[in-house]
Amino acid sequence: MSASALETREGVEVRLEGLHREFSGVRALDGLDLTLRPGELVALLGPSGCGKTTALRLVAGLDDPDSGRVVVGDRDVTHVPANRRDMGMVFQAYSLFPHLTAQQNVEFGLKLRRVDRSKRAGRARQMLELVGLASQADRFASQLSGGQQQRVALARALAIQPAVLLLDEPLSALDAKVRAQLRDEIRRVQLEVGTTTLFVTHDQEEALSISDRVGVMNQGRLEQLAPPEELYTAPSTAFVAAFVGLMNRIPCRVEAGRASVLGATVRVTDRSVTSGEGIAMVRPEQLVVEASDAGSAEVLQVSFLGSVTHVRVRTADGHELLSQANGAEAARLTVHTPVRVRLVADQLLVSSD
Amino acid sequence: MTLPRQRRARRQRAFRIVTFVVLGAFFLIPLVSMVDFSTRGTAGSGRTGEAWGALLHDPELTAAIITSLELAALTVIGMVLLLVPTMVWVRLRVQWAARMVEFLCLLPLTIPALVIVVGIAPVYAWVTYFLGGSALTLTFAYVVLVLPYAFRSLDAGLSAIDLTTLSEAARSLGAGWFTVIARVVVPNIVSALLSAAFISVALVLGEFTFASLLHYDNLQVVIAFFGKSNAKVSVSASLAALIFGFVLLLLLSLLGRGRKGRRTTAIEPLAVTTPAGKEVKG
Ligand SMILES: Nc1ncnc2c1ncn2[C@@H]1O[C@H](COP(=O)(O)OP(=O)(O)OP(=O)(O)O)[C@@H](O)[C@H]1O
Ligand SMILES: [Mg+2]
Repeated sequence: MSASALETREGVEVRLEGLHREFSGVRALDGLDLTLRPGELVALLGPSGCGKTTALRLVAGLDDPDSGRVVVGDRDVTHVPANRRDMGMVFQAYSLFPHLTAQQNVEFGLKLRRVDRSKRAGRARQMLELVGLASQADRFASQLSGGQQQRVALARALAIQPAVLLLDEPLSALDAKVRAQLRDEIRRVQLEVGTTTLFVTHDQEEALSISDRVGVMNQGRLEQLAPPEELYTAPSTAFVAAFVGLMNRIPCRVEAGRASVLGATVRVTDRSVTSGEGIAMVRPEQLVVEASDAGSAEVLQVSFLGSVTHVRVRTADGHELLSQANGAEAARLTVHTPVRVRLVADQLLVSSD
Repeated sequence: MTLPRQRRARRQRAFRIVTFVVLGAFFLIPLVSMVDFSTRGTAGSGRTGEAWGALLHDPELTAAIITSLELAALTVIGMVLLLVPTMVWVRLRVQWAARMVEFLCLLPLTIPALVIVVGIAPVYAWVTYFLGGSALTLTFAYVVLVLPYAFRSLDAGLSAIDLTTLSEAARSLGAGWFTVIARVVVPNIVSALLSAAFISVALVLGEFTFASLLHYDNLQVVIAFFGKSNAKVSVSASLAALIFGFVLLLLLSLLGRGRKGRRTTAIEPLAVTTPAGKEVKG
């Protein structure tokens, strides 16, 4: 199916401004600001309970904020009820209407919009084709696998050509393989229809692999919003650094904007710690482990993961570090081998705690 | 190994047959006696359909039958209109009120009908004042009367579906609350609705206390009246009401099976592949 055959619609900008939402004393959202550019796919990532679902429900109109605004295009939709917001949503729980077939499910929203019968059927067919399920159109939800149900749910959400597409962990109930396949499919479909999309997940790989930008949330606030590679290589806060990917936390001394870590001196990117004690954030791939009789560290564990090898070592001062190497060479290290650990980085993030 | 199993199977079959015969006799003998009595000729011999003919021809009785059927229909409509939106709303928006609503709905079960009538009589003076003296005003009392049974049935039906997700999905697709209830909730609780409706109909057709004490002529009141003057007509009317109830029950179970059939036949290919499924079927 080519993009030209689909009736697409210009993506719109979506702004979340200072959203607050409190549930009987729990601050689910504590001033969330987030702007999605037209046609962009933004993933919201964060630990459990940080308010991702709450944020999505506020955008969808399924819940009301205590304060703050939701703006779509130039329209303030904060007080518009969910059924007039023109947003497609895919839920974490299976949400197909059990009494309708896949085709009828996809047609549901079109029917409410009084699209005439033949046009409706055609469009539903097209959407099912888009998600690769045209052959299952007459099946009921109970006759479809979990992955298929979520695909129909996606087709159903897209059929109404929503201004915004909202996805709340649509893949979390599926097994790893189907998940990876379906997330790529979601991205393909999203690029094809060009709808501004907010994708909530707590799976980093999912977030990093398919989105234009990733927003990391913590305790009801946005910590950083950046393209995936920037988020990984240049996290702006210690929380983001620790949350995205694996991270070693190594105590260090900072003087005049330079930190001494494992015998090397590197520039500090964060301005918050300019001198004194701090904790350097070091990625496993920034540490190189070499067998050396003079080395003061000791190998604790070697895990060969195929394309990479993880080596866990303990330094002389008792710290455990994780190193990642590409070659198979590191896999030949054995436990208790004395090794030297070298830092390969020209700048580091240093956190104060 | 096979011997005890066979013996057990045989014993089970015997038990089943005995139960069936005893219970069947228990239910059928009174019914057959009713048929016998209501068709007995005037001289004590021969058969006559007079008493049954009266169901259609006696103006008082036909009027009462029509009133009771109308009451049954109105009660079902009233019950559905009152309960379904309320229960959906309570589940989605005001969970804290769930206990209270359940308590209120089950309350009529714990209070004897007689007591309710005594309490409700003054209210009915006003109902009569505003809506006239038609027996159909009994609908209000009957909706209250059937609440506990209808509530139980609908509660089970609503618990069986993921109401929150389904309604949120429908809303995000553009459905208002009315559409959510009519197009999404109701089609998915059809069996529960049918059984709530059936039990309401059965209750209304058999109701005597309210109607009698509030001085309305419904089927049971007229049957009781005939019981004093023309016992045969009274018995034929009672039997007709019972049979009507049976037919409704039968229709209900057929409908229920029909719906289930649609779902399960479709899943069958899956069930066959699992050995466990085969064993259960065999
Ligand atoms: N309806 C509610 N009533 C009470 N508390 C709620 C409600 N919804 C969310 N919360 C609370 O608000 C906080 C944020 O919840 P939310 O569901 O947004 O988290 P999340 O980021 O989606 O987490 P997860 O990854 O586990 O889905 C949590 O502490 C949660 O307990
Ligand atoms: Mg969530």
